[in-house]
Amino acid sequence: MAMLQSKSHASAFPRCLLATSLLLLAASLSHAQTKNSCLDCHSALPAQLGVTQEQFSHDVHEQKGLTCVSCHGGDPSSDDPAQAMSRKAGWKGPIERRQIPQLCGSCHSNPDFMRRYNPGLRTDQLAQYHTSVHGKRLAAGDSKVAVCTDCHGVHDLRAPNDPQSTVYATNVAKTCSHCHSDAHTMAGYKIPTDQYAKYTTSVHSQALMVRGDLSAPTCTTCHGNHGAAPPGVASVPQVCSTCHVFQAQMYEKSSHKAAFDSAKLPGCVVCHENHAIAHPTDAKLGTGPGAVCMQCHTPGDRCDQAREQILSQSTQLDTAIKAADQELALAEASGMEVSEARLGQNEARDALTKARVAVHSFQVKEVSANVQAGLKTANKDLAAGQQAMVERNHRRIGLGLSLLAIAIVLPGLWLYIGKIEK
Amino acid sequence: MTVLQNVGNWLSERLEWEELIAPLKKKTVPRHRLSYWYFLGGITLFLFIIQVLTGILLLLYYRPGASEAFESVQYIMTQVQFGWLIRSIHSWSANLMIFTAFAHMFSVLFLKAYRKPRELTWVTGVVLLVLVMGFGFSGYLLPWNTLAFFATKVGTDIAGQVPVIGHPIMVFLRGGEEVTGATLTRFFGFHVAVLPGLVFLLLVIHLLFVQRQGMSVPPRVEKEWEENPAARRELKFFPNFALRELMAWYVGLGVLGALAALFPWNLGVKADLFASAPAGIKPEWYFLFMFQALKLIPSKIWFMDGEVVGILTCALVGLLWMLLPFFESDRKARSQHWITGISVFALIFVVTMSVYGYVAK
Repeated sequence: MAMLQSKSHASAFPRCLLATSLLLLAASLSHAQTKNSCLDCHSALPAQLGVTQEQFSHDVHEQKGLTCVSCHGGDPSSDDPAQAMSRKAGWKGPIERRQIPQLCGSCHSNPDFMRRYNPGLRTDQLAQYHTSVHGKRLAAGDSKVAVCTDCHGVHDLRAPNDPQSTVYATNVAKTCSHCHSDAHTMAGYKIPTDQYAKYTTSVHSQALMVRGDLSAPTCTTCHGNHGAAPPGVASVPQVCSTCHVFQAQMYEKSSHKAAFDSAKLPGCVVCHENHAIAHPTDAKLGTGPGAVCMQCHTPGDRCDQAREQILSQSTQLDTAIKAADQELALAEASGMEVSEARLGQNEARDALTKARVAVHSFQVKEVSANVQAGLKTANKDLAAGQQAMVERNHRRIGLGLSLLAIAIVLPGLWLYIGKIEK
Repeated sequence: MTVLQNVGNWLSERLEWEELIAPLKKKTVPRHRLSYWYFLGGITLFLFIIQVLTGILLLLYYRPGASEAFESVQYIMTQVQFGWLIRSIHSWSANLMIFTAFAHMFSVLFLKAYRKPRELTWVTGVVLLVLVMGFGFSGYLLPWNTLAFFATKVGTDIAGQVPVIGHPIMVFLRGGEEVTGATLTRFFGFHVAVLPGLVFLLLVIHLLFVQRQGMSVPPRVEKEWEENPAARRELKFFPNFALRELMAWYVGLGVLGALAALFPWNLGVKADLFASAPAGIKPEWYFLFMFQALKLIPSKIWFMDGEVVGILTCALVGLLWMLLPFFESDRKARSQHWITGISVFALIFVVTMSVYGYVAK
């Protein structure tokens, strides 16, 4: 037994030594794999060359397991800058702006490569970029134009669905404005620099920025993102119609379509503008401030008469809805139950919206059909509100009579009590 | 002899009611400067009778069920002749009844009417108040509107926090893990069958105690009467006190009618099980003091969950409150002082927390 034990101890020693050696080897290999001398040095460098671990940890590439080497090459396992950034180790040297789209595209245009990380992501960004104004100018040698990193950032590049990403829906306009609102950068391109200022006043900006409606349009919705270009005169209605489907359908069938096309006018923009698109009101159909029809039409002509009728009907329904709302609010404030009529008001409001959409057909009968349906509902709701107020008055008269009866009985009882207690 | 007298005699021969009403004829009520507090119990009873009558009328049209309840109440409010009046009176009367029940309880405390031999009258009264609040809680859900739905959710959630038995109680109340149509049907059952049965039984016992023991006289008045027996004054219960009570009932009826006609009870918006809770949702005013007190308790007290501590404290305080008369020692003056102190504190606490809960966001 003792012999066996001693033998067992003797054979355990080499096994233990082997295990320890393997562990040390694994640890050193692991250290070699995770070591990133790039960040060790660059985190201490000033702004232009500086990248901290904290910054890089937000980068979607870092989160997917890519490192500095993936874009820059080099040897991150070496602490010697000369070795780490040697051509021999595959270091690519400083990356020039004009090389950036190609560098990004080397992965992002490769479906096989991208499938490993994000199979759902498109791989045509570079191809689209080449068709954009930015891409064309870059190819022509203008390195001032936007490249991938100008919009997406670099080293802390976040996924577009990250609210802190520079290309998140609510941040896109601001990102574009960095160049497009800068008169110095834009000098020489002969384009205005007030698009962002105008956009922030628009109904689209209100929906996106104030109400947080992420489906509301920002710059890239109309101009495209990687293939960014101003929509041509002919394509404006198509761009708007991606959201405003019914208006576009009516416009396509209207007489304005042919007239605008022949005059080479940019469709929707003629009446609604492009960046400063305000919430449309009936005033646009009028003749006062904000009116648009009379900018082209002659007072008293056939179109002016149609405009007058459309405006008058739309206003009539709007007034009827407001009157019913007022009456119902009064009835509700008196505690009357008018929820059915309130529901009906939504129908009337829908009809008004449809009538305003039908304005894009520029046909009186199209607008009239919706207005009449809305008027019928609004008048019914107004009558319900008035009936509720009549009912409220009846109740108050009933209450008055009941209180009078009680007021007569109480002294009577008091007198009777006094009489029996005398 | 009139026809009425003939009918009366005919019935008396068969029912011998002269014997039945004889104690009532003999019954007297003490008459002093604080006598008007005696009316509160009667007014609460009157409002309960109104509740029963209007409740029966509402039952003719109300349909329990998630898909029909709201619509049926809407129908009562808009289509049924005087339906609005019946429903509004039912709702206002419920709230006034809880208010007068609370007022009655505090008047009993301050007039020291809970003292021996009336301990059991107090106990039945406190249980009746709890049952009446149960009426309020179950009835609030029946119109199946958004506020009621979320108030019930919050209320039953609180019940579910009680250790060990909390979850089974919550599931029993809800008829499942969530507030659904099953909860509504269940609450309807509690509201129109279980609670009325229990309240009726306890009310009979409570009234029997009152009849057997008569009205309590406040200690100070009692002392005055002992010192000056000539000052003792009494009132015949029937008809003198009953007629005065009738006057109070008439005033109550007028107030109810005015509230119902001028401020008809709101129906709200139909409950949506998938909608998020409205911001700043609060329970009905009579639960507000407890709700606000629970909100003020820290989330952790030592090693225990703050809310659990709060709920258990509420339950313990409720139990001790019900047993309050039994804590009176033989040294009456001393115990009465601390019981009065506790009563004042409780009243201030309830009012302050209710107001704070009402104004707090």
